[in-house]
Amino acid sequence: MRYRQPSRLWHLFLVAAGLTMLAPLAFMFSTALSTPAGAMRATENIFEMLVPREWEWKNFAEVWDVVPFLRYYFNSLAIAVVVTVGQVFTSACAAYAFSRLHWPGRDKLFLCYLATMMVPGSVTMLPNFIAMKMAPEVLTGILPGIDWMAMRYLGTGEDAPLIGRLIGLDSYFALTIPAMFSAYGTFLLRQLMLSIPRELEEAAHIDGCGYWRIFHVIILPLSLPGLATLTTFTFMGAWGSLLWPLVMTNMDEMRTLPLGLQAFQGQYGTEWHLMMAAALLMLLPVVVMFLIGQRFFISGLTVGAVKG
Amino acid sequence: MKKLVGQRQETIAAICFLLPNLIGFLLFTFWPVIAAFLLSFSEWDLLTPPKWVGLNNFRELLGVYQSVDGWRPNDPDFWKFLWNTIFLMFGLPVTMAVSLGLAIVLNKRIRFTYAYRLLFFLPSILAGVAIFYLWRWIYNPDYGLFNAALALIGIDGPAWLTDVRWAKPALIVMGLWLHAGGTGMILYLAALQGVPQDLYEAAEIDGAGHWDQFRVITWPGVMPVTFFIFVMGVIGGLQGGFEMAYIMTQGGPYGATTTIGYYIYTMAYEDFRMGYAAAIAWVLFVFIFAVTVLNWRLGGKNITA
Repeated sequence: MRYRQPSRLWHLFLVAAGLTMLAPLAFMFSTALSTPAGAMRATENIFEMLVPREWEWKNFAEVWDVVPFLRYYFNSLAIAVVVTVGQVFTSACAAYAFSRLHWPGRDKLFLCYLATMMVPGSVTMLPNFIAMKMAPEVLTGILPGIDWMAMRYLGTGEDAPLIGRLIGLDSYFALTIPAMFSAYGTFLLRQLMLSIPRELEEAAHIDGCGYWRIFHVIILPLSLPGLATLTTFTFMGAWGSLLWPLVMTNMDEMRTLPLGLQAFQGQYGTEWHLMMAAALLMLLPVVVMFLIGQRFFISGLTVGAVKG
Repeated sequence: MKKLVGQRQETIAAICFLLPNLIGFLLFTFWPVIAAFLLSFSEWDLLTPPKWVGLNNFRELLGVYQSVDGWRPNDPDFWKFLWNTIFLMFGLPVTMAVSLGLAIVLNKRIRFTYAYRLLFFLPSILAGVAIFYLWRWIYNPDYGLFNAALALIGIDGPAWLTDVRWAKPALIVMGLWLHAGGTGMILYLAALQGVPQDLYEAAEIDGAGHWDQFRVITWPGVMPVTFFIFVMGVIGGLQGGFEMAYIMTQGGPYGATTTIGYYIYTMAYEDFRMGYAAAIAWVLFVFIFAVTVLNWRLGGKNITA
């Protein structure tokens, strides 16, 4: 049925495009495996830059020693996981209420959700920042019994790890809770849930199933592609988030990976071999997530787009 | 009567399902939108109590004054950074053209297309802080990959990120690498698969060449998607630029890569001018809203055409 035979030319085009995509990543990899001097060696030969000349695997180990990289990694991972689980859960529940249940005011409230999706994040972020900054002070006024300002440690002892304030700047609360609710996630899942046939649900209803049971036995499994898409998007968003953790943290212990990479820009210039090794370690979960969820990911992108 | 009880039950269930999300929505999205609106009419450095200043912030941001040599904007930085933001979007049509080109080739029955699709898509997945550091290194004038590649064809490249003339083009080139194989390409692929194959066969029989086939069949076929990608790109572009500026250039050299998004950041979190930052953010919202409305107006026409 093909009207045209694929030619060598197309292959050549694809290979050239593929190499262009790969070259920067190859450069990243070869820098990460260089000695400090090797990374800063001017060379006329571009191929020497793309293929590792040295194999300093210990760079990947050194990254964890020179800065509190493990702490950054832990923070990023913990925050991303909590935000993702929270956001997918709250979005799925709300999407169910918006798509499968009938109640007065439903469409008006959904319109409200939609309207806020247009508002840029920089608008809502300012009051959220102010609220978080002032929260400990305000809460001290309301509930003086609890020390809201204090930095908490896990356990006592000399080297008990810092876990920040209960709320406010430098708290895990501020880094996770505000990101757990998303109008976009609700919208995405609602669109998918709308396409689930009514009959299944009605049959279950007649059999005496409650709403919660219908939700998690019928609706959730049928929305799996959407849930996977939202999970991937949310995780990657939370994992790579820079601005919010930047304004929300002062303590080094509370910082996440995107902020932590700054530590390799030393006073006397950036240590590029360590920076690239650290950046690769930061990209690792993203690549794994992408390879696992590729099909969901690519199909999910077309949700909400116009039909071609 | 029974129906009424059922309805009430359903409403109660709906409230339970909605509540976790609704509380978060009201606290962290809905209320902040209103608060930011009020904030934009005030002056607040978070140390002294906020002051209501009416339209002063907007007057400072958008207004002009008469100086000896004509009308001058009150805040020339804002207009400069707005221009930067628009300049950085000039890469969008180029990126879209490359996306379409890649999609057309991938849509042919060639082996390994799925692997190529994943490969082209990879940069847009990785986009973020780590990749911005990588490109800072790539643009290093002495040891970076970019100038080494230019040296192959005999060009002595500039210090891209620290040169006022070249910093923005450098960011655009990076954007091309990041996004050419990204969402746009995937959307184009989906659109191309929706174009009926027999149109091409008929055109072939009529003796239409490749270019004519593209012009008459492919281009109109992907037009709605082109429009969608463009509008989304503009909306994203208007808000964007913070992360790459923060990591790669700190908004410099001489503000050459400061976008509106980065300007809001410096105003709010470095200068602690919360009211002014809110005013900028609201003006940004008005731009985005205008683009969205335009999208509804024109988009509807395009889809029915």
